[in-house]
Amino acid sequence: MKIVGLSGSKVGSKTRTAMDYTMKAITDNYPEVEITLLDLADYDIQFSDGRNYLEYEGDTGYVTKTLMEADAIIIGTPVFQASIPATLKNIFDLLPQNAFRDKVVSIVVTAGSSKHYLIVEQQLKPILAYMKAQIVQTYVFIEEKDFYRKEITDDDVLFRIERLVEDTIVLTETFTEIREKKEAKYDF
Amino acid sequence: MNQLKKYGLDPSKGLEFGIYTLGDHLPNPLTGERISAEERVHEIIEYAKLADQAGLDFFSVGESHQEYFVTQAHSVVLSAIAQATKNIKIASSSTIISTSDPVRVYEDFATIDLISKGRAEIIAGRASRVGLFDLLGYDLRNYEELFEEKFELLMKINEADVVNWSGEFRAPLRNAKVLPRPKNGFIPIWRAVGGTPASAIRAGMAGAPMFMAHLGGPASVFKRTVDAYREAARNSGFNPAELPVATAGFFYAAESSQQALKDMYPHINEGMKKTNGAGFPKQHFAQGVDPHNIMNIGSPQQIIEKILYQHEMFNHQRYIAQIDFGGMPFKNVMKNVEIIGSEILPAIRKYTKKSEA
Repeated sequence: MKIVGLSGSKVGSKTRTAMDYTMKAITDNYPEVEITLLDLADYDIQFSDGRNYLEYEGDTGYVTKTLMEADAIIIGTPVFQASIPATLKNIFDLLPQNAFRDKVVSIVVTAGSSKHYLIVEQQLKPILAYMKAQIVQTYVFIEEKDFYRKEITDDDVLFRIERLVEDTIVLTETFTEIREKKEAKYDF
Repeated sequence: MNQLKKYGLDPSKGLEFGIYTLGDHLPNPLTGERISAEERVHEIIEYAKLADQAGLDFFSVGESHQEYFVTQAHSVVLSAIAQATKNIKIASSSTIISTSDPVRVYEDFATIDLISKGRAEIIAGRASRVGLFDLLGYDLRNYEELFEEKFELLMKINEADVVNWSGEFRAPLRNAKVLPRPKNGFIPIWRAVGGTPASAIRAGMAGAPMFMAHLGGPASVFKRTVDAYREAARNSGFNPAELPVATAGFFYAAESSQQALKDMYPHINEGMKKTNGAGFPKQHFAQGVDPHNIMNIGSPQQIIEKILYQHEMFNHQRYIAQIDFGGMPFKNVMKNVEIIGSEILPAIRKYTKKSEA
């Protein structure tokens, strides 16, 4: 199983910190899972110009192809101006319409205020659903007060991250099994 | 009176049946092996010969400038096909007019028309993949305008022996004679449409015949596209009865629909993964055998019924089958051409012949 973590912002460190904890939760508990972390702060990604993702080169090509090859994707996103950051939206724009078909996608979100709790529900999930993702419905919402100097200080957040990782893996296994069974039935 | 005579079509003979190849050059997913580019080009020429011998009406070759394709110079391949065949109409599917000079395209196809003694046609498209804009030195931001301007010029060259023209993307033409002229003074030029009403409407507005390519889905969805095309043509002052429509998509005949799915699926799925970056979901493909699905996959009898159903719905003049995608073994392609010639074509012609009113 290939899981790709996508840290969706170039600003700040909280989302990246949360993603580091998330990726560590995978390696600690599921060493057999192949993981890649894509932090958009590390890459120079161009804006989508409408071409097929296979035709992008450099960082843009690397990031899109890595996402397309994943079985599951864990998206980490901050909340900017009551929405997802443009850097993350651009990744969706770079990918094909049905990019997340047969993929499980789960979400870790960091925000400066609890008032942003429904941003994921109202803005991110519809995009993922449109792109055919199997969404892990429960997401991990982390507030600024849960961090102290690149560390997560609230144990409850850590427990929730562990559960998110488990749910992502269990659902990926389950959907894969269901799909394989169903495809075998077609007999072609 | 036959209103479609201008385009070399005669509805009294029934729905035309053709074949198109994208000119893809993909490995056979079952063996992992890929034949050489030389072999693939000869396979395509041989394919056209077989289609000609089996009495099919039409054969066309695509232009794709990307990995896993071999007919970038599709007009050169078509000229070899012109020489190797006798009766079958030959065309491009599509010529990417946006990134070519319409004068050179017309010179090429008028020459192919002379070599083939009046059998050439052009299907002009705007490219579904856009890597060729970089390769050939065009700005993708002019995607729409390049296509419209160059298509218009191509039509103009076709209609008049002397052309006066000026535009944004090419040097002006002053009393220009574009030579040679085709055998009958005119080449049927179609507009490639990808199945959505938006581009069909623009084809209708241009008053150009429509070549509608499709993947899968219910035929009724594509009926909306055909209707939108004809309505746009009518609103722009053209008579839709004088504008032919062709449909094009996946085709595979075998002894049973199950066998057809089995023979074709791995090639479509793996081929699309390589060329488009995403496979074809099995669930969608399985629906392809439904009588109301536009994919013509099944037993010969099932396919005959599907094509007749589609003809009743679209009232189109030509159906074009895509069989050879994704490293399909050539023996399967040959077998399909044989089934078309011996079983499917005679039935289609018999039931779609229209008596001239």
